[in-house]
Amino acid sequence: MTAIQKEIPLAIVRGEKFVAMPEDLYIPPDALEVFLEAFEGPLDLLLYLIRRQNFDICDIPIAHITEQYVAYVELMKDFKLDLAAEYLLMAAMLAEIKSRLLLPRHVAAEEEEDPRARLMRQLQEYEQCKQAAADLDELPRLGREHQVVQTAADFPSPPRPQPQVSLPELLLAFQNVLKRAEMFSHHEIQREQLSIRERMTQVLAVLQTCRFAPFENLFRREEGRRGAVVTLMAVLELLKAHLVDVTQGDAPYTPLYIHLAGGMAEA
Amino acid sequence: MELATILQAILLTADKPLSVEQLETYFLPEEKVARMAIRVALQDLQDVCAGQSFELKETASGFRLQTRAEFQPWVQRHHEEKPQKYSRAFLETLALIAWRQPITRAEIEEIRGVAVNANIIKTLLERDWVRVIGHKELPGRPEMLGTTRHFLDHFNLRSLDDLPSLAAVKALDMDKLQLELLG
Repeated sequence: MTAIQKEIPLAIVRGEKFVAMPEDLYIPPDALEVFLEAFEGPLDLLLYLIRRQNFDICDIPIAHITEQYVAYVELMKDFKLDLAAEYLLMAAMLAEIKSRLLLPRHVAAEEEEDPRARLMRQLQEYEQCKQAAADLDELPRLGREHQVVQTAADFPSPPRPQPQVSLPELLLAFQNVLKRAEMFSHHEIQREQLSIRERMTQVLAVLQTCRFAPFENLFRREEGRRGAVVTLMAVLELLKAHLVDVTQGDAPYTPLYIHLAGGMAEA
Repeated sequence: MELATILQAILLTADKPLSVEQLETYFLPEEKVARMAIRVALQDLQDVCAGQSFELKETASGFRLQTRAEFQPWVQRHHEEKPQKYSRAFLETLALIAWRQPITRAEIEEIRGVAVNANIIKTLLERDWVRVIGHKELPGRPEMLGTTRHFLDHFNLRSLDDLPSLAAVKALDMDKLQLELLG
């Protein structure tokens, strides 16, 4: 203890100023803070004080214990521990019991519960709880005393084989993706490169040379789909204008022939 | 094939304790394994485990194989994380819920003399050791807490009856109360 601290009493017990730690604490000052924090509450502290002096819960020298208790509470203040209201409440309860003991006894039946009985019961219950907690801690626990014995049976969940994917399927899927993507692409309208009108003239020119032309001869493979469509449109336009006629044999699916309209009569 | 050995294989590969009823489902009807036969075989398996590093243990959820406590120092050695040590507040709260269930927070506070740490209750609920088993018909309808089967499994207990009995509380005899002004 330094000289400066000497002037500030740690606690006042029975009017006596304590400038040093009470002898019977047996706690090094640096450890005191940790020690005080270790109490689970006022009942725990009180129980500690009673047990330390081997008193029975039902046989507490109340004045003695109250003073000690208050001394601890004072110490807690000194160490600026958060002095929980519960500790102060207990101090008040002890002081009340003490004052009752000092007063002459009323033999008259007291309506309210004797605070001593209440305190005793609380202490008993708390001690029981403490013991139960210790018993619980003693119980073997999974992960502390025991480990689950398990072989490495890692059942894959769910144990399904991966489906086989063939390359054609993959390509098909890719095509579908492209198709769908196309639906979202902008449709550009381009100027028709092959004019139907021009093709009509060409068809007529062909028919000028050979009057019966097989329908399929009018198409040119190298023009592709688009060319085919134009040719078909041209033929249909010519038919509509009655410039050509189309004939077919009696049986279905026989070749179609295109010829100039009215040419039949001459033929 | 010995039924006890088959049961051992099942329990070795199960990831949770299995009850007799659950074990029964591992057998086909034509295998004609009666529930009684499983019980007997479990007893045989227990005998087989004698002298082994592991034992057959029955907890609330059923049977499991677990290492014996005496091998824990070696089993644990290379584990980075040491098994958790619980604070006194944690253990006292859990103990009150276990022994005094159903119990409200206020009742826990009453006995411990300090406010219930909300984090402790939260941890207990999250761990599925404790659950709300009802509400007390009081103003505010406080939750009543109780322990779960998971709690029993973790602490190697078959039922709450397996909990160590509480230290007896002596009845208070007011006449013998000797709170005196000594000192």
